[in-house]
Amino acid sequence: MKIYIYILVMAVTTYLIRVLPLTLLKKPIENRFLKSFLHYVPTVCLTAMTFPAILSATEHMISGALGLIIAVLLSLKKKSLIVVAVASCAVVFVTEQLLKFL
Amino acid sequence: MRLKEFFFGMRAGMPVCVGYFSVSFGFGAMAIAQGLRIWQAVLISASNLTSAGQFAGLTVIAAGAAIIEMILTQVVINSRYALMSLALGQRLGHNVGIGMRMMVAFFNTDEVFALGMSRGKQLTGSFFVGTGVIAALGWISGTALGAIAGSLLPESIRMALGVMLYGMFIAVVVPQAKAEKPILIAVLLALIFSCLFAWVPGLNKVSGGLAIVICTVLAASVCALLFPVQDEEVAQ
Repeated sequence: MKIYIYILVMAVTTYLIRVLPLTLLKKPIENRFLKSFLHYVPTVCLTAMTFPAILSATEHMISGALGLIIAVLLSLKKKSLIVVAVASCAVVFVTEQLLKFL
Repeated sequence: MRLKEFFFGMRAGMPVCVGYFSVSFGFGAMAIAQGLRIWQAVLISASNLTSAGQFAGLTVIAAGAAIIEMILTQVVINSRYALMSLALGQRLGHNVGIGMRMMVAFFNTDEVFALGMSRGKQLTGSFFVGTGVIAALGWISGTALGAIAGSLLPESIRMALGVMLYGMFIAVVVPQAKAEKPILIAVLLALIFSCLFAWVPGLNKVSGGLAIVICTVLAASVCALLFPVQDEEVAQ
């Protein structure tokens, strides 16, 4: 049951963030620090969520690490989102299978 | 609601729908891996319509953390939507009523916002909602399919799918870090903070959701002080 409370709180909080500025606030944000802060939030947050969590997402750390390296290399070559994601999944899968034979 | 504008928005949103489908597939698979049911994963996607926010929320749920931590996580990670909603409200103008504003707010995601703003002064609420609806359709159906795949496939494939979302996050972050030096520094700072919270004794007692919040606030604040952005950059 508690999970539905989590989901409700999550949805309401997210919606309030989106709806209040659209309905109540009329003045634009002028504060430069706040604007800059919000500019950096998405990338910073995705980074913090990905690393080092990816290393413990698989059975062996090495497969997660290899998935990470492949993803970074392919992203540097400007491959699309799906290509990068599928490639890192494939690397993890193959590595885990190989490790079973070692 | 102006139907012509609504359908026009839907057509414009098709690429976003496809993109969302693939990302949320990863979310669905990961939610199952964290012990959620298929409908719970779908419920999260249908009621939230965020990527990073949902993912962080999943971390909080999996850790069984306090409700206040859920609120804090969502406020920090989704704070950028407040800025985007503000910009949207000004673009839409005074004639747009409260009901339409409330609908527009629900569908305000990074990509839908970008598409809407790209229409310039011609942007209507109906167009925005049309784009949002088709994007949400991709987001929700992708979650459902990912969750189903996550619960049917064998453990070895499930584990590999669990890495999918990380792969996508990397694909979002790396090109931006490559293109903009301040972003690169922000990313490196986030990496350092995040590792400290994972490995330093004492700090690693801080739960996952809260650690993400602290890392985000610290790294974004430092970079906002060191490299403040110009007005044009903010609107993406």
